[in-house]
Amino acid sequence: MSGRKTLRTDVAIVGGGIVGASAALALRRMGIGVVLLERDLCGSRSSGVNYGGVRRQGRPVSQLPLAQRAHRIWGNLRETIGTDGEYLRSGHFKIARSEADMASLERYRAQSRDFDLGLELISDARLRERCPWLGTRAVGGSLCAEDGQANPRLVSPAFALAAQRAGAQIFERHKVDEVAHDGQAFILRSGNALEVHAPALLNCAGAWAGPIATEFGEEVPLQSGHPAMAVTEPLPFFMNWSLGVEGGGIYCRQVARGNLVLGGGGKGIALDADRARSDRDAIASLSVQAIELLPALRHAHFIRTWSGTEGYLPDRQPVLGPSRTTPGLFHGFGFSGAGFQIGPAAGEVLAELVRDGRSSTPIDAFSIERFFPEETTTSPP
Amino acid sequence: MTAPSSFSALQPVVVGAGPAGVRAAQALVAHGLRPVVIDEASRAGGQIYRRPPSSLAERSANVLYGFEARRADAVHTAFDALRERIDYRADSLVWNAQGGRLDVLHGPTRSTSSVPYGQLIVATGATDRVLPVPGWTLPGVYTLGGAQVALKFQGCAIGQRVVFMGTGPLLYLVAYQYAKAGAKVAAVLDTSRLADQLAATPAMLRQPAVFAKGVYYVAWLRAHGVALHGGVRPLRVLGDATENRVAGVAWHDGQEERTLACDAVGFGYALRSETQLADLLGCRFEFAPLHRAHLPVRDAAGRSSVRGVYLAGDGAGIMGADAAEWAGERAALALLADGGAAIDAARAAMLERKLHKLGAFRQGLERAFPVPHDWAAHAPDELVVCRCENITAGTLRQTVAENGADEMNRLKALSRVGMGRCQGRMCGVAAAEILAHATGQPVQQVGRLRGQAPIKPIPIHLANTAPSTEGAGA
Ligand SMILES: Cc1cc2nc3c(=O)[nH]c(=O)nc-3n(C[C@H](O)[C@H](O)[C@H](O)COP(=O)(O)OP(=O)(O)OC[C@H]3O[C@@H](n4cnc5c(N)ncnc54)[C@H](O)[C@@H]3O)c2cc1C
Ligand SMILES: Cc1cc2nc3c(=O)[nH]c(=O)nc-3n(C[C@H](O)[C@H](O)[C@H](O)COP(=O)(O)OP(=O)(O)OC[C@H]3O[C@@H](n4cnc5c(N)ncnc54)[C@H](O)[C@@H]3O)c2cc1C
Repeated sequence: MSGRKTLRTDVAIVGGGIVGASAALALRRMGIGVVLLERDLCGSRSSGVNYGGVRRQGRPVSQLPLAQRAHRIWGNLRETIGTDGEYLRSGHFKIARSEADMASLERYRAQSRDFDLGLELISDARLRERCPWLGTRAVGGSLCAEDGQANPRLVSPAFALAAQRAGAQIFERHKVDEVAHDGQAFILRSGNALEVHAPALLNCAGAWAGPIATEFGEEVPLQSGHPAMAVTEPLPFFMNWSLGVEGGGIYCRQVARGNLVLGGGGKGIALDADRARSDRDAIASLSVQAIELLPALRHAHFIRTWSGTEGYLPDRQPVLGPSRTTPGLFHGFGFSGAGFQIGPAAGEVLAELVRDGRSSTPIDAFSIERFFPEETTTSPP
Repeated sequence: MTAPSSFSALQPVVVGAGPAGVRAAQALVAHGLRPVVIDEASRAGGQIYRRPPSSLAERSANVLYGFEARRADAVHTAFDALRERIDYRADSLVWNAQGGRLDVLHGPTRSTSSVPYGQLIVATGATDRVLPVPGWTLPGVYTLGGAQVALKFQGCAIGQRVVFMGTGPLLYLVAYQYAKAGAKVAAVLDTSRLADQLAATPAMLRQPAVFAKGVYYVAWLRAHGVALHGGVRPLRVLGDATENRVAGVAWHDGQEERTLACDAVGFGYALRSETQLADLLGCRFEFAPLHRAHLPVRDAAGRSSVRGVYLAGDGAGIMGADAAEWAGERAALALLADGGAAIDAARAAMLERKLHKLGAFRQGLERAFPVPHDWAAHAPDELVVCRCENITAGTLRQTVAENGADEMNRLKALSRVGMGRCQGRMCGVAAAEILAHATGQPVQQVGRLRGQAPIKPIPIHLANTAPSTEGAGA
């Protein structure tokens, strides 16, 4: 009755964030057909509004193989997506505010020794010498010289554009309203506009991936979170490093124009299912911590605050891997506030899973099975 | 009269002490309430009836407001009479709204506080609508509003020999005020044509008194030898290389390029509503063709789409000062009625009728002084559209061509337009016109920049309104 278009392809992807878009790109490079449906604009959600930290340091060791793989992709960003996205290996410095924090950073260095992160511990006089702008609460820290930062507003849409140039069919402003499997293929419907049939489906819907998983009998405890972000007016350039704090709470970096971008936990407020903004208390908490970390900020102005909607799982690890119920379905969601750096590698892993049924990077820690412990022993029908 | 009990919990708050806010507060007080009135300016009056700081020797209302002197006096007197019966916060910027509370930055004491409200009337007014022209960033170029503020507020002119350029009723008014104040007005350059004005006359005769004033300003200027040119296309502001300031203007008169020497320029294309607060409050917006802008929707009484939030005055659509007074009072009556107070229904209906009637006049005005719809087509690539971020028209077009941006927020994300201190308040209109033109869409299609706190930049150490022990982050 309507002019609904039907497309048949090898792989259908829901979600044009950095994960879905980089999966599309990787699949195209393998010569595999891709249709990607994005409800809004590619890279307009978490992937386009995040803080822009591109760091491996501080990640759980289980994520480091993925993070290392992503590190190589970031290193070739321009060749991969056609823009540098303001990506800089400017160094990521994790600050210790006590001797206990310092000890914890040292332990992390030992744990991650196999991964060649090149962590350098800095404290006391050397700390003051290298960063005179740091507030007095910092007693030291750990520098990962090859970690850095990028502009998510530019990088994430660019992954989608690159995938499109490589032949992926990308439909923006096409919300997937229905997913089903008819015994042969997945069928995705977007209103009366489009129907996609494909033997493989990637669930890359970010914070909204839960209902798709549930559709296939895999309900997981995915929750939305909204980290608070703020940016100052441009200030004279003084800081190369992207800063984090051991134990969390605040992070900040200075962009080439001089603006400082700050972020922190604390709860943003959801405006609706899709959008969020920084909460008043979160802004307050950011302001206190920012001045403590960088006293020079005292007289600077916030010109803008914002937030985003990100999917969190209780153990703060993503779900990345095959469905436990439905062959051909692969999940890549729930990056729990840290998917920007590993997103491009997660995309490649998803593409490998489609092609080979396995990934060359260990992803066992991210299996959806972990949410169904009592059922894992039952044998398949 | 006493307020019904449903008001006892929290006072209503009025943001903005222009004509709309003052009349709203007055109606609330008349019904026994004690509203909080918050205004960024140091004295009440709003844009049009802006009062000079009391430190400057008082000039008479006649000198300051001309034909509007009586109305200005009336609004000021009404406000002064309210002072004891309202909780008035001057010099106070509302920079954020969330969860039934407004965050307010008090300038003189450099402190912020959080003001709860039961009901809220948003009467935040307007600022100039800016469509830039090459050279507009030179020292000596002002918006029309800025030029008028300099005169009214500081008692000084922007230059000795001034050109006024753009369109809208304010163009002639400000030129007139400058000429009366003794400045030399070198010319008034109007992008709209005499034919537009003639065609709009019947509609504008719906408000004969206002129309007559407009006619009077034009006639006065002409009689005093001020050159008035219609149907022009501004080309650029000419700079003086040695002093790096305005030396003249160049425009196209339909046949040829013309230039004129001057030392200051006032320009603007009527006004645009200040809508960020309504946006932060979650009000629903729609495109309003008459205003060529996305505006918060309201019913005839001023109720927004959000319960307890009312909209009045230019902040919800440019209707002028008289309408602002009526709309302010009407919104207050709606607030009162919604809270269960007995109001004068006949008065409310009369206000609505007056506002409705003015609608036809506004259509006439838009017809007489249309925004030059071909502005974007003529804006050269090197024209700086966003001065905070130094973004040119060419960069915007390139972003469209290379990245397929077809919507304002995406254009902002990719190009940085509207990302600076003004958050798009100044450059947003022009950027939307460029985007619409570059993508071949009507301007309503390109959407609007989403509002984000703070409404204006705030010092970081003052952002700490409500210290929180919560931390722990991503
Ligand atoms: C404020 C903030 C700061 C952060 N800071 C960092 C950081 O510094 N470093 C870091 O590594 N990570 C950071 N993160 C986390 C990182 O941004 C995310 O983990 C990552 O972007 C997730 O990518 P994604 O593709 O899974 O999700 P998203 O970018 O959210 O993409 C999911 C997409 O799916 C679409 N979608 C959903 N449902 C449907 C449907 N039914 N039909 C069609 N489309 C649909 C959505 O519109 C969305 O575009 C931050 C996150 C936030 C919110
Ligand atoms: C520069 C300028 C000059 C004008 N000159 C004329 C003229 O000569 N003749 C004419 O007929 N019309 C003129 N107008 C139009 C006229 O000002 C309006 O029609 C009328 O003032 C509208 O009244 P209002 O109450 O809606 O808003 P306004 O008078 O604009 O008052 C709004 C008030 O809200 C305050 N405010 C806004 N945002 C915030 C915030 N976030 N926190 C705290 N306070 C806030 C402002 O400080 C202001 O005092 C002018 C407009 C402008 C902008």
